[in-house]
Amino acid sequence: MADRLSVEIVTGERVVYSEEGVEMVVAPGADGALGILPHHAPLVTLLSAGELRVTKGGQERALAVFGGFMEVTGDRVIILADSAEHAEEIDLARAEEARARAAAATASGVADGDLQSAAASLRRATIRLRIGQRRGGRRGPGVGPGNNEV
Amino acid sequence: MASPREIRRRIRSVRNISQITRAMEMVAASRLRRAQNRVVASRPYSERLRDMIADLAAIEIDAEALAQFPLLTQREVKKTAAILITPDKGLTGALNSNILRRASRFVLNEAGGPVEIVAAGRKGRDFMVRSRQSVVAEFSGMGDNVSLDDIRPLVGVALSAFVAGEVDAVYLIYARFVNTLQQVPEVHQILPIVRPEAGAEGTYRDYIFEPNPAAVLNELLPRYIEVQVYQALLESIASEHSARMVAMRNASQNAKDLVSDLSLSLNKARQALITQEVAEISAGANVGR
Repeated sequence: MADRLSVEIVTGERVVYSEEGVEMVVAPGADGALGILPHHAPLVTLLSAGELRVTKGGQERALAVFGGFMEVTGDRVIILADSAEHAEEIDLARAEEARARAAAATASGVADGDLQSAAASLRRATIRLRIGQRRGGRRGPGVGPGNNEV
Repeated sequence: MASPREIRRRIRSVRNISQITRAMEMVAASRLRRAQNRVVASRPYSERLRDMIADLAAIEIDAEALAQFPLLTQREVKKTAAILITPDKGLTGALNSNILRRASRFVLNEAGGPVEIVAAGRKGRDFMVRSRQSVVAEFSGMGDNVSLDDIRPLVGVALSAFVAGEVDAVYLIYARFVNTLQQVPEVHQILPIVRPEAGAEGTYRDYIFEPNPAAVLNELLPRYIEVQVYQALLESIASEHSARMVAMRNASQNAKDLVSDLSLSLNKARQALITQEVAEISAGANVGR
């Protein structure tokens, strides 16, 4: 077994990320962020919306993922996301606009079901914005909040 | 024989038609390319998902736990539902009638009981309404750019009917895209979920589940259904465009043949007219002499 992970991030529409030789993956699990290193025990988890970080060759890449599953078997990590995008792909102006719209919808207190979906889109927009804004600054591997490595 | 003027008019109208069919052919060709790309792009997701479920199939589930997952329960089939995916529009050669013929065979002979139709696409809905079948839901006008989110309500109708016990099996009827010249109507059972065979690798694994196996399966199984429907929808979009492209290419070719036939009779008619005029003139000259 190699000391590296092969990582695939796939959505219904496309393969977002597919690389070999990855050192670490930090994913937004349903019960909080979890880090995957090589030789991880087999694992299946639900993902929540949040930031997914992949470290390869000391370089860290951030992606926004929204829900889905992650399966870890041996040194293979497969992430089936409901939707995912690279930090560089996030259009900050549009994300900000969407956030403002969602915030307005939440604040105006629309009907129940709508309120829920408005809150959900507010959460999404906030996450996209946060990840998008951070794309400039590259940080060292392994530092980040809520990083409970197994 | 028709007069040259009439023939000219027909030639003009056939040319106009052929311009339209050629334009439609080109539109269909470019949309086909896009649709094919989408089919290909969606494959990894559904393959990984199937693998994942196959891996998990190795987990022992006893009868008691199985009751927690209604999507896996096999019941005696009394009533079925069929998701019928068809194009919204015609001019697709034999494609529509092929799907509808397959669908009626399923409804009349194979289902062995009453069938509720969930129609995705206007052609299927119209046909089923006309033949007095029970159409419980209709989704049309979805266009080419369907996403997984778009089909969630469609799948939701079938899922909730199955979970509520209103139907005991759900089938998917769609046109599988083989290649540009071949689209095959398929009938495919999606509910209850038949668990894929566990791969040799998957059998021994002791998985850690977060938060717990039930939560994961409860998310995974509906997603599996959605992906199958999504894939079928993308395939039938590709089928629709390729069928239309071929039909329009044939139409353009026919128009071309027709124009050349008509031009021939136009020339003949013109020739005959000239001959006749010459004959009349010379006859007139003879009379005067």
